Amino acid sequence: MKKFWSRFLGNPRVYLGLIWLGLLLLVAISANVLAPTDPFAIVGKPMAPPGGEFWLGTDSLGRNVLAGLIHGSRATILIAVLATLFAVAFGTFIGAVAGYYGGLIDNVLMRFTEFFQTIPSFLFAIVLIAILSPSALNLVVAIATVSWPPIARVVRGEVLTVKSREFVQAAVVAGQGDAAILLKQVLPNTLSPLIVTGSLLIATAILVESALSFLGLGAPNLMSWGFMIGAGRSFMREAWWLVTVPGIAILLTVLAINLVGEGLNDALNPRLADL
Amino acid sequence: MTDIVLSIDDLKVALPAWSDRRFAVGGVTLDIRQKEILCIVGESGSGKSMMGKAILGLLPAPHVRAVGGKIMFEGRDLLELSDDDMRAIRGGRIAMIFQEPMTALNPLMKVGQQIEEVLEIHTRMSPAQRRERVLELIRDVHLPEPERMIASYPHQLSGGQRQRVVIAMALALEPALIIADEPTTALDVTTQAQILHLIKELQRAHGTAVLFITHDFGVVAEIADRVAVMRHGEVVEQGPATQVLGAPQADYTKALVAAVPGLKPRLKELDADANVLLRVTNLQKTYRTSSGLFGGTVREVHAAKMINLELKRESSLALVGESGSGKSTLARCIIGLESVDSGLIEIDGERISGRTRAELRPFRKHVQMVFQDPYASLNPRQRVGDIIALGPMLNGVSREQAIAEARELLHLVGLKPDAVDRYPHEFSGGQRQRIGIARALAVKPKLIVADEPVSALDVSVQKQVLELLNDLRKSFGLSMLFITHDLRVAATVCEEIAIMQRGEIVERGATAEIFATPSHPYTRSLFEAVPGREWISSLG
Amino acid sequence: MKSGSLGSYIARRLLQTIPVILGVVVVNFLLLQLAPGDLATVLAGEAGGAPKEYIDQLRARFGHDQPVYVQLFNYIKNLLVLDLGYSFRQSAPVLELLLKRLGPTLLLMGSTLVVSLGLGVLMGLLAALWVRTWKDHVISVAAVIVYATPLFWVGLMLVLVFSIWLDWFPTSGMENVVAFHEGWNRVVDIAHHLVLPTVTLSLFYLALYARLMRASMLEQRGLDYVTTARAKGQTDRKITTRHVFRNALLPVVTMAGVQTGGLLGGSVVVEAIFAWPGLGQLAYQSLFARDYNLLLGIFFMSAVLVVIVNLIVDVIYVFLDPRIRIG
Repeated sequence: MKKFWSRFLGNPRVYLGLIWLGLLLLVAISANVLAPTDPFAIVGKPMAPPGGEFWLGTDSLGRNVLAGLIHGSRATILIAVLATLFAVAFGTFIGAVAGYYGGLIDNVLMRFTEFFQTIPSFLFAIVLIAILSPSALNLVVAIATVSWPPIARVVRGEVLTVKSREFVQAAVVAGQGDAAILLKQVLPNTLSPLIVTGSLLIATAILVESALSFLGLGAPNLMSWGFMIGAGRSFMREAWWLVTVPGIAILLTVLAINLVGEGLNDALNPRLADL
Repeated sequence: MTDIVLSIDDLKVALPAWSDRRFAVGGVTLDIRQKEILCIVGESGSGKSMMGKAILGLLPAPHVRAVGGKIMFEGRDLLELSDDDMRAIRGGRIAMIFQEPMTALNPLMKVGQQIEEVLEIHTRMSPAQRRERVLELIRDVHLPEPERMIASYPHQLSGGQRQRVVIAMALALEPALIIADEPTTALDVTTQAQILHLIKELQRAHGTAVLFITHDFGVVAEIADRVAVMRHGEVVEQGPATQVLGAPQADYTKALVAAVPGLKPRLKELDADANVLLRVTNLQKTYRTSSGLFGGTVREVHAAKMINLELKRESSLALVGESGSGKSTLARCIIGLESVDSGLIEIDGERISGRTRAELRPFRKHVQMVFQDPYASLNPRQRVGDIIALGPMLNGVSREQAIAEARELLHLVGLKPDAVDRYPHEFSGGQRQRIGIARALAVKPKLIVADEPVSALDVSVQKQVLELLNDLRKSFGLSMLFITHDLRVAATVCEEIAIMQRGEIVERGATAEIFATPSHPYTRSLFEAVPGREWISSLG
Repeated sequence: MKSGSLGSYIARRLLQTIPVILGVVVVNFLLLQLAPGDLATVLAGEAGGAPKEYIDQLRARFGHDQPVYVQLFNYIKNLLVLDLGYSFRQSAPVLELLLKRLGPTLLLMGSTLVVSLGLGVLMGLLAALWVRTWKDHVISVAAVIVYATPLFWVGLMLVLVFSIWLDWFPTSGMENVVAFHEGWNRVVDIAHHLVLPTVTLSLFYLALYARLMRASMLEQRGLDYVTTARAKGQTDRKITTRHVFRNALLPVVTMAGVQTGGLLGGSVVVEAIFAWPGLGQLAYQSLFARDYNLLLGIFFMSAVLVVIVNLIVDVIYVFLDPRIRIG
């Protein structure tokens, strides 16, 4: 474990990523302290450029862009993390069962997974939300629904490899039951790839969430970064910052998560890092 | 001294800073003469492979580098050559044969093309001439249907055939020296005998010098003119094969030679009235593979065809066969990891075949298994104590009691009792195999199924583990079913032998009898294929 | 590989697509059940616009008083004969609308595929050849950043810089309709409109393929057959071009197939930004018109498109990798 931490934290990219994510988390937690007024409230004259009374200017209705950004971090992170958790739980379940039992169960479950991978996932998310009506919960459901297949595949692949190792057979020979073998022998040995895939999935979830919000399918009463870009889009000619600023926030966050995720991967699979 | 082809003088190969040793090769001096096969023999970590790679400049740069000494070849120091000059030598003057025929060829390129590439690089032959030469080479290595062969992809060939392709590649330009790095280790014993024969035949016909790297003294006895024994990156002894094998000087060589399992049965026959513990009657098992829910093609592999077997109490039986013979499948059926299609398996008169996993659980403690791969058979995320205690705890023993027993068992297999608190990665391969044995003994079984338990171990460790198994078997009064591909190993630990081929037992009997008068042709071919059998027989 | 067996392989793969298509139909039906109102009202466009007679006619056709599985059966029957219904919002049969929009989407996807795969593979190859030099770092860092950039934001930034500030490219549409270009001029005009949407949609995939290609090249370079080639005396350049490149390309081709669905999803966003008259823009419009029937029709059509592209990729793969068993 010591080796893991030194490899993980010895990587400057991971450091940069963790610093940004740490800051973001702080902001998200203390959003009500940092920006006490409602982000939807009109606080000044419309389209004030950045650097004036409001650091990052105001939007077309006169709402504070910085306040929107601060509160938006909350919605974005919460929805992305929740969706990822659901996706990881469901994907792990499907993948573990398919990989462990094999045969017909595996065949059916994998066809099911392939089906979800084949259909255009973003379009599917759009259709889902359009029909279920936009809300924070439905957003989580839609994002989770389209993002679990990669997890299922990774877990299945790992379970297949681990299952063929002899220590699993030794547990069978010892008389351990299936559920116990899966939980105690197999799954702990699939953790590293699962952690890596899961952490990278948060980044994808943020991208999907912001794209949905951008299209106007976000939660109606939650300020989010994608929504800010969508709302600022028509005023790009007059107020470039309305689109630029939240976009940079998304970019940096996704980038930070990817850097940390890849750092995890390098630290957990040193063979690849050695290339 | 004109007959020296290659002269290595004080060669040093440095390992990267983070490894546990500074040098993979620490000052080796060797000469290879014309028309001779020089065997470099050593256990894992002796640096023998690194030395082979260093000669051709194929070390895994940039971490591992040759840092000192000279490698003189045709008047030039190979370590000083420019990249272009080195390339002219590789494949042209010095060729190489690798260990893994499965991965040594490009999967996307036809075999003929891959051989032809050598000619393309080093000669100005026309395409027609090259094709002619490739066909000639294919015939030289005795591959069937040369025309069809050159149009095949590697995945369409067997391991032995691929190794022949690699040999053809090496021979293409009649090099002065061929470096063969464990070329038969990944092959079955009969294929190994054929490839060894081929290498010797071609070497004699072309007068090539061969540097043959191996871990197996039998192979050395089979093929070597001269031998150099390596340990920890240094040559501990070198000389003519007869001398090194017949009258080794260095202690290390003596120990290695003593550890080579002999071809003489070591165990006495059992008294005939001992009662039967394991009985297998008319067992059948066929594997079917189809391409999925909607695909049609079904392939059938008969892994076990009407197998009948008996194992007496407190005796041991070796199942000997090559890969694909069905010996592992049979073992897995007996241990209950695999269900049988038909037939009966009984232990102590109780049927254990045809039961579900849950029904089988009460019988699990009677039969335990020792696995092949010491690195895959222990869960890396559990402590050794928990690994050993699992079986007893599932049988209702309290954790404290089980751990206390685990300590005793560890002591019994020659490890320190405090190993219970450590993780598997802290142990060497041989030590892990001891832990695996302790785990099998923990539930006090009647029968141990050992699936190639020593094939992944170095020969000196191999001997210790086999001796441990023999001792424990006696003191615990166990029976053992021992799966192996190696007749020599079978002779050391088993009173009885069953030879398997393509899912059938072709011959069965007391070890001494079968070794004295093998009756089935396949059994005889297995004996003939044992590398260096004359020398091994002389060991006594 | 025998030529006859390729035909049977394609036939078998076609057979395998049937469950996927059926699955999409079932999912569509389930979604319709989830929507408020009964099947017929949802199909006719929830917020009205359809005449009462049409809704009654739909009810009769699907049998709204019948059990759900009968309705499902009727729905499947309709879709399989490509009867996708009528859009009262657009005043046209859904199928006709879809076919009209298919061309522009295919054009956008095709150009994106060429740009992202071509440049991505090239960038990945170069980065692997220059591994651990500053050139590799520049490519890798650029790829990491692009990989993290939201698609729609890239589109908007490109519009801001190249259309609004520099005025090099048009902000929207597929051609300048009022100019009435013909022949070659029209091609140039469409190509001019195509640049920004293609760049927008390509960038993410370009980064993805570049990263994958680089990793794949490095992995392949460490394998045994490369050592064999080196031991033959082959030059590094030839080892790369003759041996490593083709092996390294395989995972990228697989990935390109997997990403078709994603590409279509991305085109919704891109078409919405650039008013590109394809399926994506139609989806965007039907979203706000609450024209669910049209939306589901687009989803169905897109899934069929993905299935077809995957089939093509699989056939290409057979030619790239002799290990794929046929027959």
